[in-house]
Amino acid sequence: MTASPHVHDLGMPDVTTISGAIDASVAASGPKQTELKAKDLKTDQEVRWCPGCGDYVILNAVQSFLPSLGIAREDMVIVSGIGCSSRFPYYMNTYGMHSIHGRAPAIATGLAASRPDLSVWVVTGDGDALSIGGNHLIHTLRRNVNLTILLFNNRIYGLTKGQYSPTSEVGKVTKSTPMGSLDHPFNPVSLALGADATFVGRAMDSDRKGLTDVLRQAAEHQGTSLVEIYQNCNIFNDGAFELLKDPTTGPMWTIPLVHGEPLVFGPGGASCVVRDDFGGLRIAETNQVDASQIVVHDARREDPSYAFALSRLSSQDLRYTPMGVFRKVAKPSYDRMMADQLEDAAAQEPADLDALLAGNDSWTVTS
Amino acid sequence: MTGTNPGIIPAESGVATDMDRAAHSSAPGGLVKSVVELDRVVIRLAGDSGDGMQLTGGRFTSETATFGNDLSTLPNFPAEIRAPTGTLPGVSSFQLHFADHDIMTPGDAPDVLVVMNPAALKANLVDLPGGGLLIADSDEFTPRNLAKVGYAANPLEDGSLDRWQLVSVPLTSMTTDALADSGLGKKEAERSKNMFTLGLLSWMYHRPTEGTIRFLERQFRRKPQIAAANIAAFRAGFNYGETTEAFAVSYEVKPAPMAPGKYRHISGNQALAYGIVAAGQRSGLPVFLGAYPITPASDILHELSRHKSFGVRTFQAEDEIAGIGAALGASFGGALGVTTTSGPGVALKAETIGLAVMTELPLLIVDVQRGGPSTGLPTKTEQSDLLQALFGRNGEAPVPVIAPRSPADCFDATLEATRIALTYRTPVILLSDGYLANGAEPWSIPAVDELPDLRVEFATAPNGSAEDGTEGQFLPYLRDPETLARPWAVPGTAGLQHRIGGLEKADKTGNISYDSANHDFMTRTRQAKIDGIAASIPATEVDDPDGDATVAVIGWGSTYGPIGAACRRIRASGRSIAQVHLRHLNPLPADLGQILARYDRVVCPEMNLGQLALLLRAKYLIDVHSHTQVRGLPFRAAELAAVLQDVIDSTGPTPTAAPLEAASNGAVL
Repeated sequence: MTASPHVHDLGMPDVTTISGAIDASVAASGPKQTELKAKDLKTDQEVRWCPGCGDYVILNAVQSFLPSLGIAREDMVIVSGIGCSSRFPYYMNTYGMHSIHGRAPAIATGLAASRPDLSVWVVTGDGDALSIGGNHLIHTLRRNVNLTILLFNNRIYGLTKGQYSPTSEVGKVTKSTPMGSLDHPFNPVSLALGADATFVGRAMDSDRKGLTDVLRQAAEHQGTSLVEIYQNCNIFNDGAFELLKDPTTGPMWTIPLVHGEPLVFGPGGASCVVRDDFGGLRIAETNQVDASQIVVHDARREDPSYAFALSRLSSQDLRYTPMGVFRKVAKPSYDRMMADQLEDAAAQEPADLDALLAGNDSWTVTS
Repeated sequence: MTGTNPGIIPAESGVATDMDRAAHSSAPGGLVKSVVELDRVVIRLAGDSGDGMQLTGGRFTSETATFGNDLSTLPNFPAEIRAPTGTLPGVSSFQLHFADHDIMTPGDAPDVLVVMNPAALKANLVDLPGGGLLIADSDEFTPRNLAKVGYAANPLEDGSLDRWQLVSVPLTSMTTDALADSGLGKKEAERSKNMFTLGLLSWMYHRPTEGTIRFLERQFRRKPQIAAANIAAFRAGFNYGETTEAFAVSYEVKPAPMAPGKYRHISGNQALAYGIVAAGQRSGLPVFLGAYPITPASDILHELSRHKSFGVRTFQAEDEIAGIGAALGASFGGALGVTTTSGPGVALKAETIGLAVMTELPLLIVDVQRGGPSTGLPTKTEQSDLLQALFGRNGEAPVPVIAPRSPADCFDATLEATRIALTYRTPVILLSDGYLANGAEPWSIPAVDELPDLRVEFATAPNGSAEDGTEGQFLPYLRDPETLARPWAVPGTAGLQHRIGGLEKADKTGNISYDSANHDFMTRTRQAKIDGIAASIPATEVDDPDGDATVAVIGWGSTYGPIGAACRRIRASGRSIAQVHLRHLNPLPADLGQILARYDRVVCPEMNLGQLALLLRAKYLIDVHSHTQVRGLPFRAAELAAVLQDVIDSTGPTPTAAPLEAASNGAVL
């Protein structure tokens, strides 16, 4: 993947006066150290995921890549909900809050909206983000608050020991569904695009390079970025993504998304993506179509329907799974617009509390 | 009839009989008009939801406040925005009590009732005592409107209102006549009839009119034609009063003596919103409000959203949970996080309040209570949520609870709640209610530099060493020995990175801990921190002017006014009673148990089924006499006084004092 970020600042506006008290305490704590190594981001807490869990590789990838952003540890905050993935903040030597089930996007929204100087991350899972917290997720995405959301999707409830999740395939046999689950799963990328998310990407836990590339672009994006990370739960849903990881089947079913490149994939580039007759996309054999029919990936299209069509190429068993950045469009972030309104208001009318309290209809009693 | 029986023209004479206090003046056309001096009046305006009764009431309140009377108001409106026109469910009313002395309630019953249609008459007549003045817009008493509410005949004409002083006035057609040259269509012109009515009342009670004219010019500055029409209607109403023979008397209520100072009138929601702005300014912290619209709390969101220049961020969230979640996130970042809601919203926020208890972050939760359970009575008042505020969470999750006692007190109570939240690093619940929220009263405007200093110190440096002795560690749960508060280290502060969350914390380090002894210790410590707040609150005030009361009445929140008014009646009858009113519901004042134990009987009136009474009984083993009502309206002072009298007279020696009714006739409220 070679797509270069088109936004080089880290999505953080020049907000010099957050508040006198906060500024003063930040300044009093000393100079910022922005040259970090992966080990600087580790904590003294023992990592308590099951041996072999996909979360370990994601943690390693994040700790290895974050220093390259040049952000001081104290300026990063990781907010999580409840679930295996949500233990993530304890293992990162940044500020963090392990909150309550499903609410991390809401909590992070308040933090990011009031502190645009921070780099705020949400770590969540398929149950946390899409089931109990579904409402917060879609509203956070439509608002475009400056946040990066890492959604670890293992298609199962792990911490409660193995019930089906909102991304489990229909017919999933679990402790709570002995005859198979009945409900149709969410495709998290489709859901995010339906909420008009300005940045949506997908990566595989074991693909360090691909994961790092998507994470970097997500971090650099101004606004809400959603990264779905396929993550293997080796205890309750082992091999959920094997089709895409297997050296033989992986290349057959994975569609790498590279901005500006034709969507050709499979061994020898045998398969490709073309437009269908109904405004959507379909898979074709490359040698059966004219080269001009092959879709060239454009992550920057304003209209999300193209990216949505891409996300719909996947079936529940993960055949034809696009991986990479689906959509990346520039739109003002909520926190920046909120800060602008405050500045505009202050410029129009200076804050005078005595005048506010007195109002327009006061009277004076002299004796 | 005396001058203290307000607003009533004696039927037999048509002229005030209290000549000592009446003066005559000559109106244009040689009409002789008299002026009667009254010490207090209760006026109720009632009409359709679309008739602008709340606006009219608000303006009359403003004029009355500017004039210098003490006042108290009671808006009462349906949950529907516009129920079908002219129907009973669509009736909206506004009651205003004003006086030449200090008063405590919006009045038990109106002396004057203004009705804009038959529905308003039908819904409100039951409250108007016999002999009371009834002004009706005769234009609206059409066969169709009468039929809508089941009147077979026109009550304005069939003699059924003979018990009252009925004045039938064609308010609508006089308004359209006055606006004949305004260029407005008939329908548009009719909408100004509320201003005509306000003009008439302004004449009747000698209200200053400049404020209303300024208000209309301001309100409609982009629609000068509408502004001009409303002002014309207002003046026409005033002039009509001056020239008509229908009203021979006007009334004067002298300004009430008030301590020197600058005053305004203010509603509870407005005072609460100003309290939040002031708390931000006095703490030096940016305010972040996360809220979801809910009656009757939404006006706080509206008000705060207008004050961005004070660094106030308002976030209209996708739901109640996101509202408090965002507020807590902002608190983690060093803001003064606030969320505003009503009972059903508090239920939804419960889990996040628990998280705030566990993470020990400051957070202000405002609950403007309304009738419950479930959706209940959205626009009606109730002290519905005391027990929810105290106990409505999983686990041992103590939260300080503060309740304002009057609309203006919402300002001070907000500052006090903020003080506790910031000092003790805890969520605090502020319990207002629908009556306080929408009611208004005069407010002595405070000087900003005399408000409490709420500045906080964030942590900026490591405060301890690790278990292995490594120096320079930050221990996020190392407590201040005096307050037991933990340090507040905001993101961006180098070297103090730490993780907090909902899992049980190890003492000092804040690391996850499932250790049983640690959990026991931390649970007790969190409780001790909240209990310790009692050391910072003032001693309980007991109002017992006679000093020999054997019965005490105790209340909290908005019942302060009605209870106080009832106590005045009791004392006027020659009996003694002690009044205790609680602002801090958790922790309770340290001396409260001892104080209550002094009395033979303790009566606790509440607008619920006895929530504080339950608490006092449990905590102090006192046989509290619980008196309750849940009618969606404040207590009536007279009814409360009767209850208190019964308790007093059945306690101790045989009563020698006069019966309450006789003694309190004409007494001040």
